[in-house]
Amino acid sequence: MDRRATFDNLWLAGALVAPQILLVVVFFYWPTMQALYWAFSTQPPFGGTNQWVGWQNFEQIFSDAVYWNSVRVSIVFAILSTALSIGMALLLALMIDRQLAGHKAYRFVYFWPYAIAAPAVGLAFRFIFAPDAGFVSAINQLAPNLWNPALKGWDAMLLIVIANSWKMMAYNFIFFLAALQSIPRSLVEAAAMDGSGVLRRARDIQIPLLAPTLFFLLVINITESFVDSFGIVDITTGGGPARATDLMVFKIYSDGFKGLDYSMAAAQSIVLMLLVIGLTFVQFRYVEKRVHYA
Amino acid sequence: MSRRILAAAALAATTLGLAGPAQAQQRIQFEFWYGLTGRLGEIMEEHCKRFNDSQTKYEAKCVGQGGYDKAEQNTIAAFRSKQHPTLVQIYDAGTVNFMLSGATYNAPDLARDFNMKIDWSGYFPGIANYYATSKGQMWSFPYNSSTALLYWNKDAWAKIGKTKAPETIEEWWDDVRAMKKAGVECGFAFDYDTWMPLEQFSAIHNLPIATKNNGYDGLDAEVMFNKTKFADYMKDWKKLLDEGVARIQTAQTGKTILQAFTDGSCASMLSSVANHGVVGSTAKPGLNWGVAKLPVYKDFKRHNSLVGGASLWILQGKSKPQYEAAAAYIQFLLQPKEEQWFADVTGYIPVTQAGYKAMVDAGFYADPKRQGREIAIESLTFTPPTAVSRGIRLGNFTQIRAEIRSELEAAFTGKKDVQTALDDAAQRSNQILRRFEQTFKGKQLP
Repeated sequence: MDRRATFDNLWLAGALVAPQILLVVVFFYWPTMQALYWAFSTQPPFGGTNQWVGWQNFEQIFSDAVYWNSVRVSIVFAILSTALSIGMALLLALMIDRQLAGHKAYRFVYFWPYAIAAPAVGLAFRFIFAPDAGFVSAINQLAPNLWNPALKGWDAMLLIVIANSWKMMAYNFIFFLAALQSIPRSLVEAAAMDGSGVLRRARDIQIPLLAPTLFFLLVINITESFVDSFGIVDITTGGGPARATDLMVFKIYSDGFKGLDYSMAAAQSIVLMLLVIGLTFVQFRYVEKRVHYA
Repeated sequence: MSRRILAAAALAATTLGLAGPAQAQQRIQFEFWYGLTGRLGEIMEEHCKRFNDSQTKYEAKCVGQGGYDKAEQNTIAAFRSKQHPTLVQIYDAGTVNFMLSGATYNAPDLARDFNMKIDWSGYFPGIANYYATSKGQMWSFPYNSSTALLYWNKDAWAKIGKTKAPETIEEWWDDVRAMKKAGVECGFAFDYDTWMPLEQFSAIHNLPIATKNNGYDGLDAEVMFNKTKFADYMKDWKKLLDEGVARIQTAQTGKTILQAFTDGSCASMLSSVANHGVVGSTAKPGLNWGVAKLPVYKDFKRHNSLVGGASLWILQGKSKPQYEAAAAYIQFLLQPKEEQWFADVTGYIPVTQAGYKAMVDAGFYADPKRQGREIAIESLTFTPPTAVSRGIRLGNFTQIRAEIRSELEAAFTGKKDVQTALDDAAQRSNQILRRFEQTFKGKQLP
């Protein structure tokens, strides 16, 4: 017996899906097709006649050491900021879940950073971490020149990782907390009665049961750090010093909008899109196998 | 009840809202986008207001874009979606993009179509030459114009017993080192901006930045700054940095060069005369400072410095009344009275010789508050412009600046040796130029 749900009234079905399809077409497929066309041609800044150039834009990108640098920088950034934001969020969520003193206020406050626009986050962190004038400049009082994101590539990288994680942590936190609260109390209590401590309970019971959430957040965080980190970079480091924080998405912006080379930027965004699709595919194909949905 | 109140409020709001535009509608409106920010951006706004208050026929709607580069980017994006303004302020480096865009209503045409009174030969030659096409026509109207100067802290120099700013670069370095011994921690603050060290430096030393007369003679020009004295200049900077007598100051380090100079922590900097007003108003009390022409290496003969700043472009696709209004606006800006007001509040130099003369006659530069601003004119008109001290006309110059900046960052932070960094920057700049040439295949510089 065929148990598939079918829908006889195709017109009605079509009409019901149409708004959604329209949105996806207008905001995704159309621009993507446009970018695809530009990626294989040269697009003059003010618009006008494109010339078809075949694979030239891609060849130029892949033979460019600066491009590979931005790929490397993006991967480092994605790994560091995903690890930091997920790790911190998990820690905070576990503490809140234990209902420590003041947890209600914290639960409320921890989500706020996500509601702040990236450029505002960037501005705040630029100020906090400014080597001459910021709060962190105290470090330089003790050990001169220890911290200087304007001159040292790793300091700058750390700065954008911290800023981005601070923002993403808020998002991750909510998911972790919700997932923790859906773990049956009886399980945790039983473990406690058997004499396992806080850390043991977290490691053997709570975190394994969080696996689906962890996986979801992993995919989201990695994707976000590849495609949505522009605002912070633009405000804090501008891709520097010496391209140490020149993330792929920031390079697309600077080549396209600052350099007015729309075609090269389009080609890069196609590559970035394929990379993110590829990464997500790998995660679903290999990492998800290890996830048990309760 | 509450619904009725809401409805009444909405009605009131609509009527009020309608009343505003209805009155303004009698005036012809046009949009003007500008790139200047901060105090200079506020002055743009004030300039607009002065125009709107001076007559009742036209109304300029002035919109700041948050930066020169953003003004250019936004204008291009807006032009592509036909939401562009009538008039836009585009900085020097964007000139070539607009010349080739095919999107502009060129200044000579506007002047002819609307009977504007423009004395084309009345502009300072240094300014006119920079913006002119190969046929000697300007397609945009020079607006805020500046040039770079050496800002020096007289108190710091007094510590080594000197009362005069250094004339040569060698002398400047000696002074900076001597000041360190005399207790001045930072003798010179710089950032990665290429306008002063590359563009102005090359002009006053009459050195080419690129072949084909800095690009004026064709889109197939190639950069060559890595092979000129500029490379030695940058090596000197690096040496000063390593010796600990100079410092890099950017927004990321917490203080820009301007802030480091005005709070007295660094004794000299290179900056635009446009900041003369800002330095005057933000300097810490008692700071005794002055400006001087940029120092030159002693084996070189000084030439004119370059004009920097922006010009006003008129874009296509607007209505005749809007062009008429824009023409009136430009005409308004060119009045000697307006030139003087603008120069007074900013530090920019007047663009016409008539404007300058009127200001000299009125004793403008004699005022101690403005002391030194005439040095900018002196620097700009030091010699008649040569084929390479005339300006730079390279495609996508903004991006070339960015490449040099990145490589200078690498060099100054010790990741690369200065010469290697400049060679890499030159190689990447040439890629940008070839790319630009390809994108504009079949087009020629006017």
